[in-house]
Formats: sequence, structure tokens, C-alpha cells
Amino acid sequence: MATTERPSVEQLHSTMSGVEVDPLYTPESAAVDYARDLGAPGEFPFTRGVYGSMYRGRLWTMRQFAGFGTAAETNERFRYLLDHGQTGLSTAFDMPTLMGYDSDHARSLGEVGREGVAIDSLDDMETLFAGIPLGEVSTSMTINSPAAILLAYYACVGEEQGVPRAALRGTIQTDILKEYIAQKEYIFPPEPSMRLVTDMVEFCAQEMPLWHPISISGYHIREAGSTAAQELAFTLADGFTYVEWAIERGLDVDDFAPRLSFFFNAHLDFFEEIAKYRAARRIWANVMRDKYGAKNERSLLMRFHSQTAGVSLTAQQPEINIVRTAVEALAAVLGGTQSLHTNSFDEALALPTESAVRIALRTQQVIAHETGVVNTADPLGGSYFVEALTDELERQAYEYFDQIERIGGVVAAIKENFFQREIAEASFRYQSEVERGERVVVGVNRFQLEDEPELEILKIDPALETQQIERVQALRGRRDSAAVEQALARLKEDAAHENRNLMGPIMDASRAYVTMGEMCDAFRDVWGVWRETPVF
Amino acid sequence: MAGKIRVVIAKAGLDGHDRGAKIIARALRDAGMEVIYTGLHQTPEQIVETTIQEDADAVGISILSGAHMTLVPKVVELLRERGAEDVLVVVGGTIPADDIVALKEQGVADVFTPGAPTSAIVEFLQSRVPA
Repeated sequence: MATTERPSVEQLHSTMSGVEVDPLYTPESAAVDYARDLGAPGEFPFTRGVYGSMYRGRLWTMRQFAGFGTAAETNERFRYLLDHGQTGLSTAFDMPTLMGYDSDHARSLGEVGREGVAIDSLDDMETLFAGIPLGEVSTSMTINSPAAILLAYYACVGEEQGVPRAALRGTIQTDILKEYIAQKEYIFPPEPSMRLVTDMVEFCAQEMPLWHPISISGYHIREAGSTAAQELAFTLADGFTYVEWAIERGLDVDDFAPRLSFFFNAHLDFFEEIAKYRAARRIWANVMRDKYGAKNERSLLMRFHSQTAGVSLTAQQPEINIVRTAVEALAAVLGGTQSLHTNSFDEALALPTESAVRIALRTQQVIAHETGVVNTADPLGGSYFVEALTDELERQAYEYFDQIERIGGVVAAIKENFFQREIAEASFRYQSEVERGERVVVGVNRFQLEDEPELEILKIDPALETQQIERVQALRGRRDSAAVEQALARLKEDAAHENRNLMGPIMDASRAYVTMGEMCDAFRDVWGVWRETPVF
Repeated sequence: MAGKIRVVIAKAGLDGHDRGAKIIARALRDAGMEVIYTGLHQTPEQIVETTIQEDADAVGISILSGAHMTLVPKVVELLRERGAEDVLVVVGGTIPADDIVALKEQGVADVFTPGAPTSAIVEFLQSRVPA
């Protein structure tokens, strides 16, 4: 195979986000004041990591996202992952669940159980966690618009297992702002959505002290085509917005901020990603202390989950995705992540097979146990290049904060399509660079194979949709319909009163087996729905 | 001057992954076509309605939710019912090889999967839509 060919097009020397990179970095490249800019790991401003001993003290949590078909099938995959050494659960829901439709809704046709597990009611949630002691695992749930409902279902399953909700550990994504910005799984307009989020933050601060009520997510912003600096800036701006709403509600910043967590992408540009995580920690600590007056050290710590970049996976020569994922995962680890999901190599084609998921998990285990990178905290700290890049990403983030502030804040900027336009612009620029050959994607625009061998992929049995529809309809037939009506009436009543916390009525409705779609419909009636003006 | 090629780009299904749809919309516009982007969460009925209202030559359906075998044939069928079977139907998304064959058998002109260059889609439309 010829590997010495000269590129016919000049390749770019900037990062994949367009930050110019010098041929050499020297002590003059980054004027670092150690105490002010870095600090020891576990010390303000936490640039070098949130814990003093980092991975020597405790490895990151290997948390593979899983979910497909019915609750029973996903329950089996969960048990498989726990048996193979996974240390936390992470639930993917199907599109109808994410969008607040029951499986038998007309809009759900063809989508039930396709991209995640279908959950229509507490009944399904009981099946999903059957035989898994909720007092002993930490569970992550990736859901946003209907997050309050899924959290209530989870707390109810805990009650049934005899685990008080104060003892439940886990994270629910709940980050509705990035839905308007990037992933677009929104239901209600921004203001009532933010009120529901703030209700959850308040409820968790008072009743679920071990739960993370929001995972402020840059992952989807990046997947939508943003640059690293945009991912950093928009995510932090979203985080500050949740803080402002909770303070406005009357909560003390130190009562909820320690439970806020973050979720970032781990993309291919190795050093840029590491710099991004380091800059994120430094900005969060400074702003939380200086602008929002946080005093508890835990309010200043940015802890984050990361996931390798789905968008970097190619359908061509899919096996090389294993290499991409390993490099991305290594960046997340060197950047000090608290938990990590590694994508499976077949995910540009379909949901992953069990063996592909195993390789992805093994990739993390190799990094953790064979490479030695866990032996010292922030091993790249002090690298002239990494410090200069950290400073540059921080500078770009503050520039964006100023711009967002001038527009009137995150919600105003969403309504003006500011984020959506910035991301569309960046994603088109990158795609054009790939198509001109200025950026190489191995197997796609160079080093292609003539004949791609076929890969065995996971197929979702279409019969599952019918089974799930029958399941939710049977549930509607056997529950106490008077209790359901009563619970829904109370939900609507309280939704119309902004000063009432909705978590209590949602818990009551969950226990009455009100479906997720029915609850969302009640809110739709009161709050209306959100539609964006599409821009490209 | 011959009329510009008119293309509807539609996001079918419930998923919100619109990076691809927006890149394609912009590339087609840059190539001189008239592009109508529907925005998200379109039902087959809405897609067909827009296609007919806009008198489009082609409709590009972007779908990454796994519901392509349910939603795409429905679009083809509705176009046929409304006498618009001459509209070229093109699909983009994470579509497994077996499903590509099945979709083409049902009247889809072509399917573009991740990694397809926008130039290939531009050329395809230019070659298949009569000037």
C-alpha cells in the first residue's frame, strides 16, 4: 500500500475548529501564573483537575450509554454491562419518549424502541430496572423536555425497592437550553421549560441530595457542528443561565451548584480537546466565585462526563473508528474526565452490536490499566502548547459571553437564532474544508477502499413496536381511571401557577400510572409548544 | 435562462439531527438551486404538502431516527396518490445497506449515507432533473 504519496492539496495547520497552530511553542507562548491560572489539582481554579489525586485515587466511571427496544431488552443489556465490569448505568430513550409522545401516538409510528428504550409509564420503568438494586448503582438518564417525569418514575421505582429517594445516585440530563440550541428535542417554549427545570433543581436540592438534576451539555452542540470554542462557550453560558434561574427562585447558590455537572464531547483534535476541558474548569470556578458568590468549594468544581464524538465515526472502513475512539477517549482522560462513554465502531451504520460495545468498553480499560496515563494528574499541564491553547479557548469563550450578554442572555439569543446560525456556519466551513481535501478523513476523502466488506449490524425487530403499543394500551385499561383524571387535573392546575413546584404532582401522577405522553399533553395544553424558525 | 432546480429538504421523523440537512441545503443553494428547508419533525403528509405547494423537482428527506422504512415509503406513496410521482425522492441518513435496496425498489431515486460529499448530491440532482 502506498503511504508516501504527497497530498495534492495543502493541508491546514489549524485545529479542526480553526485555531491557528504555530510550528513550535516556547516558554514565551503562554505566560502562566501557576497559582492564579493553574493551581494544583484539586485547588482553585481547578485547571489541572477537580481532585488532588485524580485517577490514582479513583478511576473515571466507565459508563456506556445503552437502550433499545422494550424495557425488558434494555434491562438485559444493563445486566450484561454490569457483569462485564461497567460501573454505572446510562439510559438512552427512544425518540417518542424524548419528545413526550406515548408509543401508540401517531407521531411515534416507526420510531418506537429504535434509538433507545421506549418508556411510557412507571410500569415500563419498573421493568427497566428490575433486579438492579437502585441503592447500589448510579444511573444516568439522557432525557430533557420530559426529564421531570422520568426522574419521578425513577424515584417511584426506588420507593418500591425500599430505597429512599435521598439515597438515589445518578444524573438526569435536563439541559433544555442546548435542545433549542442544537439537538432540537424540545416540546414547550423556553420559559415554561426553564421553570420546570428550576422546579427539579429545587426539588433535588431539598429531597435528593445525591442526585445531579442537570447535566449541562456541550456534547450535542459539538455534534451539531460547532467548534470546540463554541461548545465551551455555549455550554458554560447555559450553565450560568440555570444558576441565575435557581438564584432567582430564592435558592442559595451553594445549595444547588455542587450538584450541577457537565457533559462534553471528546473529539479528534487531541490537544484542543484537552485544552477545552482545562479552560472549562478554570472559567467555571472563577465565574461561580466572582459573579455568583459561591463559597462552598464544591460549587466551584466542574465535574464532567464525556463521550467520544459520534460525528467523527465513518460508515466507510468502520473498523478504523476503534482507533478514532481510542484517541478521543485518551484526550478525555488526559483532560480529567469523571466518567466516559466510548462509542462503538459500528454506530455510523446502526445501533451497536453487543461485541462492538464490548470493544468500546475494553478501549477504556486498556487506557486505564495498560497505558500508565493514570499515574499522575494532568500530565500535560505546563506544556507550552497546551497552556497556550487553554488560554486561547478561554479567551474565545469570554468573547462569546460578551456577545450573548449584548443580545440579552441565552434565552433571547435562542429566540434570535444566534446559536443556531453560529453552529450552521461552523459546520458548513468544516464540511467545505473536508470536501476541498484540506482536512483528511481517512477512508472517506483519502485512503479509500474500493470494495467495502459488509458488516454485521444490530437490527431492531419491528414487532417490538407492536408489543410496546399493546403494553401501554393494556396499562390504560387496567389502571384506576378516576385517579388518572384527578392527577392530570392537578397537573394542569399547578402548571398554570408559576409559584407551585410541579415535582410533587408529577410524583403523584406517576404512582397513578399516568403515562408520560398524557402528562406532556397536559403541559402542552397549558404552555403551548415551541417551533423554531429554521435557518441554514 | 432555464428555471432553477427546486428542491425541498425535509427533516422527517422526531429526531433533531439537522447538521446534515442544513449542510446539504446550503450546498444545493450555493450550486444555484432553489432550496426550501422545511425545518424539523415533519410528517410524510407535511413533506408531500410542501413539495407540491412549492412545485419542487426533488425532495431530499433527511432521517437519522431509524424510522426511514416507515416514513419514506409513505412519502413516495402520498406523492403518487397526488399525481406527483415525477418528483425525485432522495434520502440521506444512517441507512443500512439492506434498507437502501428496499427503498430504491419502492421508488427512491438514491440514498446518501454518512461521508457522501455534497458535490455527489449536487451532481446527482443536476443529472436527474431535466433542465
